Amino acid sequence: MSAVLDNPIHDEHEHHGPPKGIARWLFTTNHKDIGSMYLWFSFAMFLIGGCMALTIRAELFQPGLQLVEPEFFNQMTTMHGLIMVFGAVMPAFVGLANWLIPMMVGAPDMALPRMNNWSFWILPFAFGLLLSTLFMEGGGPNFGWTFYAPLSTTYAPDTVTYFIFGVHMMGISSIMGAINVVATILNMRAPGMTLMKMPLFVWTWLITAFLLIAVMPVLAGVVTMMLMDVHFGTSFFDAAGGGDPVLFQHVFWFFGHPEVYIMILPAFGVVSQIIPTFSRKPLFGYHSMVYAVASIAILSFIVWAHHMFTVGMPLFGELFFMYATMLIAVPTGVKVFNWVTTMFRGSLTFEAPMLFSIAFVILFTIGGFSGLMLAIAPSDFQYHDTYFVVAHFHYVLVPGAIFGIFAAVYYWLPKWCGNMYSETLAKWHFWMSFVGMNLAFFPMHFLGLAGMPRRIPDYALQFADFNSISSVGAFTFGATQLLFLYLVIQAIRSGKPATDQVWEGAEGLEWTIPSPAPYHTFSTPPEIK
Amino acid sequence: MSAESSYYVPAQSRWPIIASIGLFMTAVGAANIINAGSANESTGMSWLVFLTGAFMMAYMLFGWFGHVISESREGLYSAQMDRSFRWGMSWFIFSEVMFFAAFFGALFYVRVLSVPWLGGEGANASTGELLWPGFEATWPLMANPNPELYPGPKALIDPWHLPLLNTVLLVASSVTVTFAHHALKEGKRNALKMWLIATIVLGCVFLFFQGEEYVEAYNDLDLTLESGIYGTTFFLLTGFHGAHVTLGTLMLIIMYFRIRKGHFDKDNHFAFEATSWYWHFVDVVWLGLFFMVYIL
Repeated sequence: MSAVLDNPIHDEHEHHGPPKGIARWLFTTNHKDIGSMYLWFSFAMFLIGGCMALTIRAELFQPGLQLVEPEFFNQMTTMHGLIMVFGAVMPAFVGLANWLIPMMVGAPDMALPRMNNWSFWILPFAFGLLLSTLFMEGGGPNFGWTFYAPLSTTYAPDTVTYFIFGVHMMGISSIMGAINVVATILNMRAPGMTLMKMPLFVWTWLITAFLLIAVMPVLAGVVTMMLMDVHFGTSFFDAAGGGDPVLFQHVFWFFGHPEVYIMILPAFGVVSQIIPTFSRKPLFGYHSMVYAVASIAILSFIVWAHHMFTVGMPLFGELFFMYATMLIAVPTGVKVFNWVTTMFRGSLTFEAPMLFSIAFVILFTIGGFSGLMLAIAPSDFQYHDTYFVVAHFHYVLVPGAIFGIFAAVYYWLPKWCGNMYSETLAKWHFWMSFVGMNLAFFPMHFLGLAGMPRRIPDYALQFADFNSISSVGAFTFGATQLLFLYLVIQAIRSGKPATDQVWEGAEGLEWTIPSPAPYHTFSTPPEIK
Repeated sequence: MSAESSYYVPAQSRWPIIASIGLFMTAVGAANIINAGSANESTGMSWLVFLTGAFMMAYMLFGWFGHVISESREGLYSAQMDRSFRWGMSWFIFSEVMFFAAFFGALFYVRVLSVPWLGGEGANASTGELLWPGFEATWPLMANPNPELYPGPKALIDPWHLPLLNTVLLVASSVTVTFAHHALKEGKRNALKMWLIATIVLGCVFLFFQGEEYVEAYNDLDLTLESGIYGTTFFLLTGFHGAHVTLGTLMLIIMYFRIRKGHFDKDNHFAFEATSWYWHFVDVVWLGLFFMVYIL
């Protein structure tokens, strides 16, 4: 049972180590422990979701049905998306937030440490529930990660009920996590740490948390509507009762578009920390970076219907959502410009965090450009639901969100565990990931433009070559992640001890404390000049 | 923000993991009950799981909040901690606002766009001709596009009877809870208890009339969840609002018992304030409902 560890007025718990055994992890209120649990959990989900992706790519290696039934293929595409979005990317960023935000703003912990523990421990149960549907009668969710009605209502397997409750649990976890982040950033900054002195990672997370609190309840609303339609006879998504299946898409994407920025904004923050360090120059245009992130977040609320250009909207809707979407290119362009300008005439070195960050800037920009192509409503009629869309969002999520997470892990791992990772292995990891990922996703652009539809287990013969290349790339990328696992464990176990500063050019409060970071940091707030 | 006293970082706690297990069992139990109910299978075991989970959640809420209350009364919390709670509660209420926004959004969408389109209006004229040519778009929607599948309601709730009364009750309860707050700040404990009881009674009467209204809707008006999009939006919006009033009333009742035990003073009563924030929030949602669902 919890009690006051020691006199909170003094700094004695600086020397207080963590309790031993499983109890440490189940009952913890320590932001570093919780951050580590989030990161390990998200990596486990990344591997599970990755195996599903490899099942998909194995089936698509050549035309015809080889390995799996179409029904199971649909379950794989659905679960791969859900697991990667809600289980891998989002918890990884929450883990980074837990580890870094208190250290960056000079706080002793997150604002509400017990709720922080609850936010994490909901997740293993939620994903246990979601994954268990694969073994139930009728199979798991098979309607795509976007679960459009009526496929997810009238025609759904019985397990949709478990899916709905699983999503509710993830939503509760995310909302509480986000409230904690906002309260920490707004209330726990050390004296002198004004808002415009905060590191950009903190800024991007503040805005991300706002987006989470705003849209996760809308997701809860839409799955509740599904539940009512499936089991209680309502007609939200049934035109026979005066509802509309298109209503589902509107509500879903009102959640869904801010959601995709939830998955990228913290990565913007990460590379905005890393690029200045390895350029040995301050970040170019700090203020414009903050305003750009805020603009992107605000715009994300008024662009949702660009996911549904072909659904039959009035012309005015098509035009409004097209132009609003294109506007997002402006703040995004500001960010890319600032990252490049930060590197311009800097004293660059290319350690693993920097390699991943540079790849992020280049490849995310490619994903951004294909996004602009998709934003053009008349052309989207051609691309819609093809592999071009798959290529687009994998370019923003894999070298965007995931490379951002890799960069962050390499950059801060020495601070977390006190040891350096092997730079040689990390470079292998980078180059194999880089090559594998481009091999997997670049051909998908061509497949999509040539008309190959997404979420299909079989395809016409003319798509065979690009598909086999793509599968080779996917397996390369997937296998490389085992190397990442190995090198992280190796660093924790037997890496060379890191200095407190770790990186020559690194700035920020987290580099002023010892490596590894003590169990409790900043029990007395530091003074920021 | 100052370093006047250091922030209280709690030691280990078993409540979050109890909460996670409880939430999991509640969710699994509820999903099992709903699935078995739809398939007409027995739900005995599922109820056991559900109730065990719900009991764990209740136990956890009492234990966790009880723990926070005792920490607060021991004086472990600084002014900074108080601000954390304030931010936490404000953003929680904002998330609730967004939850209702999803359902209000659905209501506006069907009223302004999809029902008129089904009736053949606008750029989607052929929708009406191809699907249900005889369908006429009206709001409130009394005859659904497919009346065999979704028989429409016979009549609707008259906004100028129970709903008007409920509006008066709920607005009055927002006033009484504010009087209670002022009494608390002025140290008038008896007035505080009286106004708080008045608020609780108003909340309970509101819920009673809301139940009355549902009985009338189901028994006399054929206005049900199954009666098409009007019934769908009506019951989901008023139902979730009613659930929130129930929660708010429970919170007020707990505040009453805490006050009877002598908790809170004029400077230190955030739990009471948070409850009254929540109460004002459900009041505002009701005003939205009264205008958008009942009257217009």
